[in-house]
Amino acid sequence: MKKDIIISGVGGQGILTISAVLDTAALESGFNVKQSEVHGMSQRGGAVQAHVRIADTPVYSDLIPKGKADLILSVEPMELLRYLPYLHNDGYLVTDINPFKNIADYPDETALKAQIEKFPNHRIVDARSLAKKAGNFRAANIVMIGAVSDLLPFEDTLLKKVIADLFKRKGDRIVQMNLDAYELGKNAISEKV
Amino acid sequence: MKKKYIMQKILLGNEAIAQGAIDAGLSGAYGYPGTPSTEIIEYITASPEAKAGEVKAHWSTNEKVAMEEALGMSFAGKRAMVTMKHVGLNVAADAFINMAISGINGGLVVVVADDPSQHSSQNEQDSRFYGKFAMVPILEPSNQQEAYDMMAYAFDLSEKTKLPVLLRSVTRLSHSRANVNVADKRPQNELQLLEDTKRFALIPSFAKIQYQGLIEKQKELEKIAADSPWNNYTEGTNKSLGIIASGIAINYLKENYPDTVPYDVLKVSHYPLPKEMVRKMFDRVDKILVLEDGYPFIEEMIGDYLGREQKVTGRLTGAIPRTGELNPNIVAYALGLEEKIDEEIPEIVTGRPPQLCPGCGHIDLYEELNDIIPEIGDNRVFSDIGCYSLGILEPFDAIDTIIDMGASIPMAKGASDAGLHPAIAVIGDSTFTHSGMTGLLSAVWDNSPITVIISDNSAVAMTGAQPSAAMGRLYDIAKGLGVPKEHIKIIIPLKKYHDKNVEIIKEELAYQGVSLIIAQRPCVTMSNEKKDLARQFNTFEPSY
Repeated sequence: MKKDIIISGVGGQGILTISAVLDTAALESGFNVKQSEVHGMSQRGGAVQAHVRIADTPVYSDLIPKGKADLILSVEPMELLRYLPYLHNDGYLVTDINPFKNIADYPDETALKAQIEKFPNHRIVDARSLAKKAGNFRAANIVMIGAVSDLLPFEDTLLKKVIADLFKRKGDRIVQMNLDAYELGKNAISEKV
Repeated sequence: MKKKYIMQKILLGNEAIAQGAIDAGLSGAYGYPGTPSTEIIEYITASPEAKAGEVKAHWSTNEKVAMEEALGMSFAGKRAMVTMKHVGLNVAADAFINMAISGINGGLVVVVADDPSQHSSQNEQDSRFYGKFAMVPILEPSNQQEAYDMMAYAFDLSEKTKLPVLLRSVTRLSHSRANVNVADKRPQNELQLLEDTKRFALIPSFAKIQYQGLIEKQKELEKIAADSPWNNYTEGTNKSLGIIASGIAINYLKENYPDTVPYDVLKVSHYPLPKEMVRKMFDRVDKILVLEDGYPFIEEMIGDYLGREQKVTGRLTGAIPRTGELNPNIVAYALGLEEKIDEEIPEIVTGRPPQLCPGCGHIDLYEELNDIIPEIGDNRVFSDIGCYSLGILEPFDAIDTIIDMGASIPMAKGASDAGLHPAIAVIGDSTFTHSGMTGLLSAVWDNSPITVIISDNSAVAMTGAQPSAAMGRLYDIAKGLGVPKEHIKIIIPLKKYHDKNVEIIKEELAYQGVSLIIAQRPCVTMSNEKKDLARQFNTFEPSY
């Protein structure tokens, strides 16, 4: 088993939280992990990404080689396409469709969507709306974990346990909200697939 | 390394270094925040050991101060660590070079995180040159587990050789997480003073003896590195090529040959460079490829200066790009395993550079300055290192220079000496106490007509809002350094004060001496508790 995943978005969108969920699930499953992330200047509203590599064999490089990613999981549609050179031919592109517009020359949204839809293995999720439905638009990153849960090498129960543990110190209400966000993400995909 | 591990954790490279140091019997960690090194001190600060007061963790005012504080702890016999980013070692270089001459007492490990590809830095300087320059052992972990395990080894090596040991990390190790097996903690050293402290007093007569001793110690350092568990030579079946891979470069090689590398491989993680192993490779293979993240440090040492033979290849010969970090694809290409991969990012994707956060006080300050610049002319705002460096980008384009920590004030002074008036320095609160104060004193001493604006957000914001030593002290520092009281102004960079602030800045620009304006508003990214704390410290009334 070997899964190479790129998680992308804009600094401050909760990419490290997604990574932390995957890392912890991997540790609990007894897998090897390497997860490279971005700190520093780019975290101030710039393009950021994490490379998450999970395997039952040794993982060497902290970076995923180009053309080898099994999945690009993005919390922002344009940021999804930025990492396209990393995607494997059979890899999946999964994104929240809601743009994060903090630049003047943000591309046309319809054209962006059309470009993503060209790829056979794509999933487009309105994570922001689903997160709002769960209780807070900030949980869009957790919705996105739900939306790729079937592509991850983890049982559903494990992912839920990890999410619950991660938010435990913030209280039961926040835990439940995030679990709901996860479920909504999962259902959004199973309805389509 | 025969060690009894007690559990496995997922740790960031920097966290592995921190946990490794704690478990190796660390007594004190000092540093100044800087990407990609910051999380080491943060992890120790948050550790149960630091919270219980067993281990000291401290953000020092700058890297030189941190290095000297660590040296003081080592002088007293305990184990100390000092952390910084690569350019921080420039600031601390005086202490670093000279403590190699004096030697240390308790184990002292200098952890420096380099930033190949300049993700968050002005340059990609390679700290291994500093280690060689100081003639001390250098360790270069290749992964998070080694980073953890090497800390105990580094402290032992330091105590054995009586020298500081340099541990060099890079962004991709410091900021990458992996499974790390951790061991039990060993006890700290007791306070243990030396009987004779002469070697710590570097007057020429003592220093010459120490320097000679350091030179003579080099043979021993070479022998230790030759037998080091971190260096190893693996023979391959194909003699057409041999590969020397330092630090994390070995991972990119193994990524391309997950089972067996067909060539001879020398993994280097402990310097001085193990000469016998290099010689063996020269004797066994036709050609050598050097893979190293950073500068061509090994390649330059062992390559043919005139480039006639080209037996050694790497960044200098073009086998590897001269700049930027390595990755699996660059290594695959150098090994002839794949064609150059085009970076086919769809055209629709536009750049998304970092920017000041919405609501940030620096934004208001730059909008005020930009109202004044058309009247006084361009090319006169000297700035510095921090979040406010982003003022160089659109839509602000409000500053002109960013060189190194603290450069803004002396550059403004130098330009004013050349006849530029007004000359403005824009510096952050923490950068000011890091290395702006001496520059300000120099300008005060010479009564230079400059205006210094401290954009004070009460935090070291760019690296994650660590506490700033400047908090609540800027007014008194400026006054104490001799800026006339009537020319120290405090403004609040908020839209509602825009016009008043513009007036105040204009008034001070007209003054023919040193004036100083503190633009004070806590960083917007800070928690409410931190902002409240900052407001408690910032007790001076604004100048309205």
